[in-house]
Amino acid sequence: MSNPVTATNGAQFTGIAMVEDAGLQGMITLRGDLTSKALKTAVKAATGAKVPEQGKISVVESGAAAWMSPDELLLLVPYGEAVAKTAELAKALEGEHALAANVSDARSFFRIAGEGAREVLAKISPVDFSPEVFTPGSFRRSRTAQVAAAVWLQEDGSFRIVCFRSVGAYMFGLLSNAAHPRSAVGVY
Amino acid sequence: MSTRLAKQGRLIDRSKQIEFTFNGKRMLGYAGDSLASALLANDQMMMGRSFKYHRPRGVVASGSEEPNALMQLGKGDRYEPNQRATTTELFSGLSAQSQNHWPSLEFDVLSINNKLSRFLTAGFYYKMFIHPRPLWKHLYEPIIRKSAGLGEAPDAELKDADSYEHFYFFADVVVVGGGVAGLQAAKSAALSGAKVLVLEQNNHWGGRAPVDGGSIDGDAPEAWIEKTLEELRGMANVTLRDRCMGSGVYDHGYVLGYERLTDHAPGQGGPRHRLWRIRAKQIVTATGAIERPLSFAGNDVPGVMLAASMRDYVVNWGVTPGQKVVVATNNDDAYRTALCLHEAGVEVVRVVDARDTGGGALMEAVREKGIRVELGRAIAKVKDGPRVTKVAICAQNGEGGAQEEIEADAVAMSGGWSPVVHLWSHCGGKLSWDKDHAFFRPDPARPPLGDTGVGFVIATGSSNGHLDLGAVLKDAAKAGAEAAEAAGFPAKSVSAAKGEAEAEAAMEPVWLMPAKADIKLRMKTWLDYQNDVKVSDVQLAAREGYESVEHTKRYTTLGMATDQGKLSNINGLAILADSLNSEIPQVGTTTFRPPYHPISMGAIGGEARGEIFQPVRKTPIYDWNDANGADWEPVGQWRRPFAYCRSGESRHDAVNREVKNTRENLGLLDASTLGKLIVKGPDAGKFLDMMYTNMMSNLKVGKCRYGLMCSENGFLMDDGVVARIDEDTWLCHTTTGGAESIHGWMEDWLQCEWWDWKVYVANVTEQYAQVAVVGPKARKVLEKINTLAGGGMDLSKEALPFMEWRDGKIGGFNARAYRISFSGELSYEIAVAASEGQAFWDALMAAGKEFNVMPYGTETLHILRAEKGFIMIGDETDGTVIPQDLNLNWALSKKKEDYLGKRAHLRSHMADPDRWKLVGLETVDGSVLPDGAYAKGNGINANGQQNVIGRVTSTYFSATLGRGIAMGLVKHGPKRMGEVIEFPGTDGKTYSAKIVDPVFYDKEGEKQNV
Repeated sequence: MSNPVTATNGAQFTGIAMVEDAGLQGMITLRGDLTSKALKTAVKAATGAKVPEQGKISVVESGAAAWMSPDELLLLVPYGEAVAKTAELAKALEGEHALAANVSDARSFFRIAGEGAREVLAKISPVDFSPEVFTPGSFRRSRTAQVAAAVWLQEDGSFRIVCFRSVGAYMFGLLSNAAHPRSAVGVY
Repeated sequence: MSTRLAKQGRLIDRSKQIEFTFNGKRMLGYAGDSLASALLANDQMMMGRSFKYHRPRGVVASGSEEPNALMQLGKGDRYEPNQRATTTELFSGLSAQSQNHWPSLEFDVLSINNKLSRFLTAGFYYKMFIHPRPLWKHLYEPIIRKSAGLGEAPDAELKDADSYEHFYFFADVVVVGGGVAGLQAAKSAALSGAKVLVLEQNNHWGGRAPVDGGSIDGDAPEAWIEKTLEELRGMANVTLRDRCMGSGVYDHGYVLGYERLTDHAPGQGGPRHRLWRIRAKQIVTATGAIERPLSFAGNDVPGVMLAASMRDYVVNWGVTPGQKVVVATNNDDAYRTALCLHEAGVEVVRVVDARDTGGGALMEAVREKGIRVELGRAIAKVKDGPRVTKVAICAQNGEGGAQEEIEADAVAMSGGWSPVVHLWSHCGGKLSWDKDHAFFRPDPARPPLGDTGVGFVIATGSSNGHLDLGAVLKDAAKAGAEAAEAAGFPAKSVSAAKGEAEAEAAMEPVWLMPAKADIKLRMKTWLDYQNDVKVSDVQLAAREGYESVEHTKRYTTLGMATDQGKLSNINGLAILADSLNSEIPQVGTTTFRPPYHPISMGAIGGEARGEIFQPVRKTPIYDWNDANGADWEPVGQWRRPFAYCRSGESRHDAVNREVKNTRENLGLLDASTLGKLIVKGPDAGKFLDMMYTNMMSNLKVGKCRYGLMCSENGFLMDDGVVARIDEDTWLCHTTTGGAESIHGWMEDWLQCEWWDWKVYVANVTEQYAQVAVVGPKARKVLEKINTLAGGGMDLSKEALPFMEWRDGKIGGFNARAYRISFSGELSYEIAVAASEGQAFWDALMAAGKEFNVMPYGTETLHILRAEKGFIMIGDETDGTVIPQDLNLNWALSKKKEDYLGKRAHLRSHMADPDRWKLVGLETVDGSVLPDGAYAKGNGINANGQQNVIGRVTSTYFSATLGRGIAMGLVKHGPKRMGEVIEFPGTDGKTYSAKIVDPVFYDKEGEKQNV
């Protein structure tokens, strides 16, 4: 098997924040009844994480589960395990009305870290990124300039942002531009 | 002359001299100067010429309300016209040019218009140029454009050298204005615990208070401002932004802030402007007030200025606009200017107070200085010229006779104050007329309402109609506390700072000076400086029947210039009301619209320029395509190769090569952009039967079926191959452009109409790189890859028949192979993980070498399908075409009770046998029909146009057949096979084409089924 590659292939930029291609990440779209016991158990089994509250992501060592909509989660698993985990989920949810789809390769994934990270994101997304509101574990599905994206904050203060793979290069350009070394806003 | 004073100038740093140029002339200023103050310091009184009459104009104000001193700033890719000298901070190397004159500021040919002013009255353009029509375009418009107008447009070939950005911010309370009212309001809101953002348009805080004097908490206003700023800066819940104008208030507490980051220091890198997009729970507008000019003849001569602005120049920048100044007023505030000038050593030759009873303590203070004050007097006129030389004084209550002429080089005028109610009004806040002060003020009972029906804007300070320092501070403390409370932070008791200023006597409205000025004077009495509107123009409009203030505005252009009538609106209204024998509140104001002051287009565009102007969607094979000759074609936001041009090869030749090679050998198409939607659930079959016109629920697992989708109006909207994945899962292919819209369409029906159906949809378009492997050698190349890398998928005709799919390994790749064909050839569409798409493509190219593999682009895709008579959504359809038009009746299920579009297809117009239907078209001479050409019918229609009986929907040169082929919709087409019809082209030629079967190639379909 060949080496899979991301759309932006390890790109990096450092300005008021560091922006980098966060590499291949296993991602599974799971649609279903988020309150069902079977689904909760299946999510836990696949990721080790609990089903999150609205607007949150629950992150554990082995994976994460993020709230996408009242009937949709985004599950994070190691890239190499995404196919198998998707099958496991489908199996565990047999008989339930649910849909699990591997979307690992449909996405671009970036890490934004450093002092200016909140400001970089606040320049392109209509979300309140102030420290008192956007706390670790916060997760938002929104817009970054002209494309859809989902963003969350890790415990270590770094952000992750997910968008469609086809606009990975646009996203990297957008983030790097917003991180211009002379563009600090100075509010966060 | 105007000059720098030896003392004063609290904002300038005399130790830092700055060099700049004005109209190429080298001048000196100080750090902290505005361009206007620096020009005045250099005795540059005249700063431009007026819009219509090309009259000499000088600066009249000191802030963003300035109508006259508009400049062309910068050069080359940083050039910008129409910038106010008053809001431009001086920097080293600044280059400014005055505008609207030719050949020079001092001598201007078009000032002849001034002599013609009798003819250039209100409505002149409407009356004069309406007939004859053709002259407008060729004669009138070019001349008027030359004569009227502002600065020159930037060079269309140059790109702005600067960058811009947006910033989203959320606050409980946004305070617009950093004067003493804004600071006091911010402090009370912040002490209540609210998150507060304060926007100040200038680079200094405190507003007018340091200039106007008085005391706050027993100290000079400046001391209190410093102290309060210090406190606010120390509070974690407060953000202060200067050089950031609150430019507009919009629905639901949305505020735009316009931050100018590098205008005062261009070229230092980083964004030039930042547009703040703010969501606020409550907005406090502390935007101050603007002084009104007095309406007397010659009130536009350079050297005539607003009284308080003249004071600003003295106190803030140490500049006096004249040596012998006449002060004209109808209120007490202008006496402060007289005192200020006197203190600065400038001679005040006369104070002309229109009030018979005069003023109070301030007037007495002026008299004590030995300055001559005359009551009940007016300025009859200021002598025309490039600067003030003589001022004629007369009785206010007269027609302007019995004038006394006095020598002066500047005039300070004050017609009273108007609260800046713009931001209060942007979103619907109402005003009430304050008779005592003769101004409109916000009516707190009628604020702009938010989503809960509760007001979300509170006006305070001078912008709320308070002119006394003590009242301003009290009002502001209350406003801040109220805003916090309304934002959910119970107000702490916050005491207002105690402000004290000289008591003022009542002002007296003066709308015309002298009150009964004759027509000669009125024709030289300016209301709107920037648009050259005079008292006589508004009066003429009233006489001609313009009663609505909005109509009068448009007829006379009063208040329509770039300053949006900040100085002129109230004076104009008063004249209109008087002419209509009405009262000002009955006439009402025009609408206040954002932005408060012009903001740059760059700021609005934000980061969207250059590489990130728009997202370009790229497939996993994009870079390879780009490096291998792709001639790009935009398909929505995707870029797809139109053709792969080899060096020296034309597009047309490349396409012909690709077509032939695919038919004869092996072609590869990057088909990754096709939409792929997973539809799953117990009700998925039922759902797809509604979505598609044909049956999908009975499709067997492992098989594919081509399907059509109609809108509920019956029109064909998308098509594609559907594959049944398992018992309750289908995968629907859509067109490239349909991926997102069809996904949305499905969700719409599932969420809004059939919310109880158990179906989930997921858009997995981008999960896969999809490659069409097409041509007689398609199987061979795949089998070779399997042999080389041990893939296990059996791709034989028996194991994977036409219109079926399989999952498995092809070479080292986990793949899904669909035996589908849009070309009529043996064809596999292979989907692999997007991350491995490039590797898979490389493997195909390498293994395909011996089979003469070539990639092909979208044009070849089109030609191959057209040769086979396959329709294309967007070519054969245009939103008005139904499946029956395309002879696709076979795809309309008769078994199903219902599907989207079925009901519509029964309507008489849809079932009309006269609808144009799809046929093939073959030119008689083998040439290529023009795309979109119409077929000629008999006679002409009711509009005198040629009747038409059809149109070309797709047309190509077929390299396979060596001739032009086309498809089209023709009236009764399928019944007219063999007939020749005519298509007039736009090139003057008429093309004759024979109606034929749309399948031009391999009618039996043998080639794809091997």
